[in-house]
Amino acid sequence: LSSSKWKRDTIVQRILRERFCHQRLPDRPVGLESQYKHLLELLRRTAVHGESNSVLIVGPRGAGKTMLLRCALRELLELQEVKQNVLQVHLSGLLQTDDRIALKEITRQLHLENVVGDKVFGSFAENLVFLLEALKRGDKSSSRPVFFILEEFDLFAHHKNQTLLYNLLDVSQSAQAPVAVVGLTCRLDVLELLEKRVKSRFSHRQIHLLSCMSFCQYLDAFRSELALPDDFPDSKFSQEWNLNVSELCEEKSVQEILQKHFNSCKDFRSLHLLLLLALTRVSVSNPTLRAVDILEASRMSSADSKANILHGLSVLELCLIIAMKHLNDIYEGEPFNFQMVHNEFKKFIQRKSHSIHNFEKPVVIKAFEHLLQLELIRPVDGGVCKVQREYQLMRLMLDHTQVMEALQRYPQCPTDVKQWAISAFG
Amino acid sequence: MELRTTNICMKNFKSRLPDVTFYSRESEAACGPRGSVVGFSGSVSEKMLSGLHYPGCPEARLRSLREKLPCREVQAGTLLAIMGEPEQYCYPSIFIYGHRATGKSHVILTLLKELELPHAAVSCVECVSAGLLFEQTLLALFGADSAALLPRLPSLSDFVRVYRQVCAQQPAKQTRYIVLERAELLRDMEANLLPGLLRLQELVDDNVAVILLSEIVWDKFRPNTGCFEPLLLHFPDYTKAELLQILSLDSNPSYTPELYSSYINILLGVFYSVCRDLRELRHLAALNFSKFCEPLEKGEAKEGNTHKLWRNIEPHLKRAMQTVYLREVSSVQWGQQQMDEKEATALRGLSALAHVELPYYSKFLLIAAYLASYNPARTDRRFFVKHHGKMKKTSFLKKHEKTSNHLLGPKPFPLDRLLAIFYSVVDSRVAPTASVFSQISSLVTLQLLTQVGHDDQLDTPKYKCAVSLDFILAISRTVSFDIVRYLYDFI
Repeated sequence: LSSSKWKRDTIVQRILRERFCHQRLPDRPVGLESQYKHLLELLRRTAVHGESNSVLIVGPRGAGKTMLLRCALRELLELQEVKQNVLQVHLSGLLQTDDRIALKEITRQLHLENVVGDKVFGSFAENLVFLLEALKRGDKSSSRPVFFILEEFDLFAHHKNQTLLYNLLDVSQSAQAPVAVVGLTCRLDVLELLEKRVKSRFSHRQIHLLSCMSFCQYLDAFRSELALPDDFPDSKFSQEWNLNVSELCEEKSVQEILQKHFNSCKDFRSLHLLLLLALTRVSVSNPTLRAVDILEASRMSSADSKANILHGLSVLELCLIIAMKHLNDIYEGEPFNFQMVHNEFKKFIQRKSHSIHNFEKPVVIKAFEHLLQLELIRPVDGGVCKVQREYQLMRLMLDHTQVMEALQRYPQCPTDVKQWAISAFG
Repeated sequence: MELRTTNICMKNFKSRLPDVTFYSRESEAACGPRGSVVGFSGSVSEKMLSGLHYPGCPEARLRSLREKLPCREVQAGTLLAIMGEPEQYCYPSIFIYGHRATGKSHVILTLLKELELPHAAVSCVECVSAGLLFEQTLLALFGADSAALLPRLPSLSDFVRVYRQVCAQQPAKQTRYIVLERAELLRDMEANLLPGLLRLQELVDDNVAVILLSEIVWDKFRPNTGCFEPLLLHFPDYTKAELLQILSLDSNPSYTPELYSSYINILLGVFYSVCRDLRELRHLAALNFSKFCEPLEKGEAKEGNTHKLWRNIEPHLKRAMQTVYLREVSSVQWGQQQMDEKEATALRGLSALAHVELPYYSKFLLIAAYLASYNPARTDRRFFVKHHGKMKKTSFLKKHEKTSNHLLGPKPFPLDRLLAIFYSVVDSRVAPTASVFSQISSLVTLQLLTQVGHDDQLDTPKYKCAVSLDFILAISRTVSFDIVRYLYDFI
């Protein structure tokens, strides 16, 4: 019995992890019906009817651009003629940082390395035309359709002369070979990045994925992302699980947490992260999700990193941060140097402190340098000046409220330090 | 397994961290009531074996894992839960952050080694170029042949291509992990490297996860146009009790553990408010233990006589803070000094410039330079002209503390001003010979003065004084010159 429970738990984890970690494609894109239809239609016109097209899919990170494209390709490849004919070239702005590298990658993905051999081409355009010619079918009447998919499209716009973009879009405008150029980017102003000659060859077709999901739709997404599929081996368990998830959606505490997440970030990627963290708490002894799991997952995913780092500072370093805060308050954010901070600290030691020992200046400098390494303070001019290190001007990268909150959470903070921080005039 | 010692520390944690259920596979009785933190609550029955959960892992190995990771069981459990079973997918990128010596590398590498998961551990400090990073990764994951497939000066594109090529022949049956330590250095490499690594699972289409370890928070890593956000995991700092527990593990077998614990207590009492870095504290503990045991060896005190032992060691530790802690002396020198009976010999620190012996006129040149840097030019007349007559008080009013020159730093001054002050400060008549000027140049070489402005300016070179107030006070004392009387900030 126990081994079956283990197996079931394994299968649940496998299914859900594929969904959350590996971004498994859903059966149909949710909430993006019109965009999906538009894209599918466009790609089908290239694949089946031989029409050249170019389109840009624009949307913020995690909006589902790649997912949309892959769903469209998956549906299109179900057609036999498309599967046999169409070639795909996937390029990424992160990988192909140069047009030369991009061209080699295109050659490789079209499996034309042998055909190209050792040929030397005069220009990029010649090379590309040669590749496309080589794709012509036996009777030399028409060429096979090619999909060029460019992820991180905005990075291609930073290449020299935008040669790749110019040539690809040029091919898509001329009647040489049926190509579809699909660009995916997170920048809304991507067209401003294109040169005039490139922009004029672009069809100006853009598909925007600006999410207009309502909170009810978000809750539905939460439910469907957690739901186990119908083909789960233990149908009784999967029904219980799905029922449990629906009940969770009705619970007020869970709704509050989801509302908080919805208000800050609506996209599926952050939802997946939250769900994964909740899933890590599911195990054989705790086979279904509970509200407290969602709560803990939310707490983990929205922890304040800087506050966590401030928690681990030594008392001396904390005193230096408070001294810097006072300097910021008094002099309204002007940069300070180590001598000023040390001066403030010495004033505190002499007048108000009982518990803090009067440390030597080199020890205080070492604490100051530790704060510099943690990047809690930064030199104003990048630190290349020939100034003595005690006099180098710095800025504090924390603001007043962060310091005060960190002080509240600091373990066993000496009371005189706390009083000093709260007092108005240092 | 000892739960007693962990209970104290874990009580501090329970309120802050998620409940993680720990249990072993073998005993069904180990499954505690739903939602309980097994192994950390006070009322755990003796039958329950508390250990980390990992399918297919023998109990003995889990126990040894727990022993190797003292005070980090919660984080190890969270990591294991996120990593999941080897055949399943893990989140593409995980970012672990926390202070130095909080066990980030130790925990993840121990877990990966003990559970024999395929991984590549690369420290970004060693990778001067991205190519070294790629080579080391491929070497660790696939062997030397695949690393040889990389071209010279490989780019991320080459790395992904070779990875895909090799992976097609050896598809992943288990999640592969790439652990990058000191990940903050990735920000200074090529701009596409960090976003590319965060998405590596998608780019190579394989079951791989990238784990980044760093001291610096994620907010400072994010590229301009965004990237694939990794899962953030925080390794909290050790509490004082946990530090005590971990440091006590180093105890010397020839003394009782209680003695060592009391020694660590004294050490923490001196150093805890300054430094919480476990590595530093271990180093200091190792260096000073022999001195602590000196009275015991000489027979002057018994183990129970903590007061006498404390009186013996505390000044020694305070001196350690000013020397070994600051790396002013090496640990060898420190050890020798302990052997030495005469404690009066002061340690020669590295930056103790007071040991620099300067010729007589150089000292006065330095004093004059300090006065020129830290006094405003308009006050020279009052200080250095013998019969300056009455000076209006208003022009001499003490300014606001903020603009005190000792807080703002030294100001540059021309050579003429330096010489003028020098001649007035030196009591005997000095001729402006070349030896005086060459002493100025040697002061610049010693970095006691810095030259400001262009090297081509031969007519009026400008200088700045680069010594601290303590140093110049020591120098002036040796020539019996009361410099404080001449400083504007100290009127």
